[in-house]
Amino acid sequence: MYVEAKRGKSRELWKFHGGLHLPEHKDISLTRPAQQTSLPKRLVLPLHQHIGVPAQPLIEVGQHVFKGQKIADASAPVTAPLHAPTSGTVLEISDHPIPHPSGLPGECIVIEPDGRDEWSELPLPITDYLSADAKTLRERIRESGIVGMGGATFPSAVKLNPGKPIKTLIINGAECEPYITCDDRLMQDEPERVMAGVRILQHMLQSEECLIAIEDNKSEAILALHNLVQDDEPIEVIRIPTLYPSGGEKQLIRILTGREVPSSGLPAQVDVICHNVATAAAIADAVLEGKPLISRLVTITGEGIREPGNFQAMIGTPASELIAQAGGYQNNPQQLIMGGPMMGFDLATDAIPITKGSNCLLCPTPEELPRPEAAQACIRCGRCADVCPANLLPQQMYWYSRAKDLEKVQDYNLFDCIECGCCSHVCPSHIPLVQYYRFAKHESWAQEQERRESEHAKQRHDARVARLERLEAARKARLRKKKEALDKKPPAKKATKPEASDKESKQAAIEAAMKRAAEKKAKQQAQPKNTENLTPAQQAKIEAVEQRRKATQASTPEHETEQQS
Amino acid sequence: MEFQTHSSPHTSRPNRVDKVMLQVVMALIPGTIALIFYFGWGVLLNVILAVASAAAFEALVMKLRKRPVLPPLFDLSAVVTALLFAVAIPPLLPWWLVVLGMAFAIIMVKQMYGGLGYNPFNPAMAAYVLLLISYPVEMTSWLPPQLLVENSLSLGEILSFKFAGTLPVDLTLDAITMATPLDEMRTKLDLNQMISEIQTSPLWGDFGGQGWEWVGNWFLMGGIWMVYKRTITWQIPLAFLTGLVGMATLFWLFDPESFPFPLFHVFSGGAILGAFFIATDPVTASTTRAGQLIYGAAIGVLVYIIRTWGGYPDAVAFAVLLMNMAAPTIDYYTRPRVYGHGGIKNG
Repeated sequence: MYVEAKRGKSRELWKFHGGLHLPEHKDISLTRPAQQTSLPKRLVLPLHQHIGVPAQPLIEVGQHVFKGQKIADASAPVTAPLHAPTSGTVLEISDHPIPHPSGLPGECIVIEPDGRDEWSELPLPITDYLSADAKTLRERIRESGIVGMGGATFPSAVKLNPGKPIKTLIINGAECEPYITCDDRLMQDEPERVMAGVRILQHMLQSEECLIAIEDNKSEAILALHNLVQDDEPIEVIRIPTLYPSGGEKQLIRILTGREVPSSGLPAQVDVICHNVATAAAIADAVLEGKPLISRLVTITGEGIREPGNFQAMIGTPASELIAQAGGYQNNPQQLIMGGPMMGFDLATDAIPITKGSNCLLCPTPEELPRPEAAQACIRCGRCADVCPANLLPQQMYWYSRAKDLEKVQDYNLFDCIECGCCSHVCPSHIPLVQYYRFAKHESWAQEQERRESEHAKQRHDARVARLERLEAARKARLRKKKEALDKKPPAKKATKPEASDKESKQAAIEAAMKRAAEKKAKQQAQPKNTENLTPAQQAKIEAVEQRRKATQASTPEHETEQQS
Repeated sequence: MEFQTHSSPHTSRPNRVDKVMLQVVMALIPGTIALIFYFGWGVLLNVILAVASAAAFEALVMKLRKRPVLPPLFDLSAVVTALLFAVAIPPLLPWWLVVLGMAFAIIMVKQMYGGLGYNPFNPAMAAYVLLLISYPVEMTSWLPPQLLVENSLSLGEILSFKFAGTLPVDLTLDAITMATPLDEMRTKLDLNQMISEIQTSPLWGDFGGQGWEWVGNWFLMGGIWMVYKRTITWQIPLAFLTGLVGMATLFWLFDPESFPFPLFHVFSGGAILGAFFIATDPVTASTTRAGQLIYGAAIGVLVYIIRTWGGYPDAVAFAVLLMNMAAPTIDYYTRPRVYGHGGIKNG
C-alpha cells in the first residue's frame, strides 16, 4: 500500500498482482519539447482507425477539402468520423498498407495537401461548457472524431455515456510502457490543455472524484498538472508507483480504487470511467475551439533513430516522413515497432500512416532489443504466473493452447489475458506465450463463429423440415377429404358388387390386362375390335370389370391418384 | 524501408533455462565439496561418473530421436540431475550402479516422457529409489566421516573397489563401511535403546551425525542463495522443513527418549538437500504458490512418517516421488483468483 499525501488528504493505493520493473529508456525521447512537423507530401487516412464500424467516405476523388472538414463518417452507434488534417485534393480512395498487426491493407482516403492549410468552417466553440448539457458535449466529441488516444481507439463519446452515475473519473497519464513519452511530453508542455479537457470530462460525468494518475517517474508532469488543480475542485493528481502495466485500464482502476472490473465487464460496472490524458486534450480542443482530432503527439525513438523525440504529427502522415523529420535512420535497424516494446506490433514497412491511436514509433537496433532465441521446453518454473497482472496461470494456458484444447484454455480464463507481455518477458525458455494466447483467442472466436453459423444452419434446416412436414400434412388432409368424397359418391355401385375379395380383384386385373393385350394385338392386326360383336352377357361382364377397376384405382397410392385428380 | 516482423513483446529476455540450471549447479558446489571433504574421493568419482554418463545418455537419446544433440546438453538439466543423484548415493557405490542409475533417470524417467519439462517424476530420485529397492545393501553401505576413521581408503583403493570390486587384502567391506546416522538411530531405536544412550556414540555431532550436519549446512547455504537469487521460490523449502520439524516437534514433545530432537531430522540424511534442491525441481513440483506450500509441507510430513515408521532409513526420495504424483491435482485446486473474478469487494 502506498500513501500519497495531498492537501492534507491521504489516499490509499492498492497493488495489482505481478507486474514488472522494466528498463525505461524514456530519456532517449524526452530531451526536448515536442516538435512541430512540416506538411507531408501526402496524407493517407485509413477509414477504420477506431473500434467499431468503419467510416464511409463523404467526399469524392478529385474533390477539394478544407482542413478540419469531415471526410468520412458512419451512422452506427459505435464509430468515429474522420476529418481532413489539412486542405488539399482527394487523390484516391483505395487500399493501402495500414498499421495493423495483421499487416493487411485497408481502405484509405489519400489527400494531397495544397500547402495553404485553410480551415473549413468549424463548429462554434462551447466556451461556457459548464452551462452545456452532457448530450451537447457528447455530440461535439463524437463529431470531432475523438477516440481513445492511449492506443485503444474506442470512440470517446460512447464511453462518456455510461447510463449510470460514475463515482470515479480516472485520467490515465501512467504511460507505463518503456520508451513511450508522448503523454509525458504533452503533460509537461501543455498542462493547461490537458486540465481543460479533464474539467470538461468531470463536468460531463459529474463524478464524485477525478483522479489523474501519473507514474512516479514523471515528476515534471505530476508537478505541472498538480499546480493547475484548484482547491475547490474534486480533481487530484495521484503519483502511482512505476510498475508495468500500471497504465492498463483494469490495473489502474485497481491501483486507485481497489475495485476490480468484472471479467468481460466494463469499468462503468464498478462506477469508474477511464480516459487518457491525450484524449482529454483533444476533447478540450473540440469543445473550446471546435477543432476536430486531426493531429497527435507521436514518440519517435530507439537507437535506430538519429534524432529521437516527440512530434506533433497530422493523422495520416506516413511513418517514413515522420522518421525523416527525426533525422532518419541510423545504426542499420532491423525492426520498426508501432507502440512500445511490450505491447506494440512490428511493422513490415514504414510506408504506413500515423493513425489516431499511434503513440510511438520505436526503431531499435538488434543489439538494443535482440530477437528472442528459439523457444525451449517449458520447465514449469511459474515465473510467468508471478508477474501476470491478471493473476492467470500462463504456463497452464500455454500447455492447453499448444494442445489446442480451447475449452480448457478458456477454463483457465484466457479471455482475461490483456496481452501485456510480462509472461513472455520473464520466460526462461523464451516461449512466445502471448502469441499462443492470441492464437487461442482467435481460434476460440473462429470456433464460436462456426458454432453460431452451424447453429443458424441447423435452425434453417429444422425450419425447412417443419415446413415440409406441414405441407405434407396439409396435402394428406386434402387427399383424405377427396377420398372420403369419392367413397361416398358411388355407394350404389359398390353395393351391387360388395366385398370383392383380393383374389377376385387380382383375377379381374389379370383378365383386364389380358384383354388389353388382346385388344392391342387385335388393333395391330387391324381387325375389328372384339367388343363389336359381344353377347349381352359378355357386355355385362366387361362393365362389371370396368367398375371394379375404377374402385381399385381410387384406393391406389396417393401420388398416382394425385396425378389423376 | 522494409522490416522483419515478430510478435510482441520485443524486449530482451532476462532469464534463460541454462542460467537457471547453472545457478542450481553453483548452489550445489559448497555442499558437494563438504561431502568430498567428509566422505572422501568416492563422492567426487560419483559426481564425475554420473555427469559423464548422464550427458552420454542424453546425447544417445537425442541421436535416436533424430533431434539436435547439443541444445539439451547445454541446458545443463542433465548435469543437475546427475549432481543430485551423485550427492545422494554412497561414496563406494560400484561404478556400474551409478551408470545404471543415470541410464534409468535420463532414458526412462526423463526422455521417454518427452525430455526436459515433460517428466512427471524427478529423475534423480526415481533412479535413487530404483537402486535402493534393487540393491539395498550397496545403497546403504555408507562410509563413516573421515574424522572418525583411522584407516581411510586412498584414491587408488577406492578406484579399484568401485571399478573392480577389490579391497586391500586386510580389509573387508563391513570393516570400512558404516550406517548413516539416520540408519543408526532407527536400528538402535528398534532395539529399544534410549536416544540419550544412542547419542553417546562418537558418530553424533551437535544436531545430527558428525560431518553430516556440516554437509547439511553447506547445502543450506546454497539453498538460501538460490532463494535470494529467485532461482527457486521460498514456498517449497520452507513448507518442507516446517512440515518435517512440525511433525518431529510434536512427537519429540510427546516422548523425547523415543523420538529424536527435531533438528536431528533437519540435519540428517537428505532433508536440506531435498528441501532446497530436489523438491524444488520446477518440472515435477506444484507450480502455483499456494500449491507449493501444500506440496512442500506434505513432503516434509511424509519424510517424517517414512523415516519413523517406514521400512527405509531415509525418505526424501519416496516422499518427493509420491508428491510428484499429486502435483497436478494440487495445482488444479490451488488456482489463484483471477482479476475480476469475484472474491473482492467492489465499491
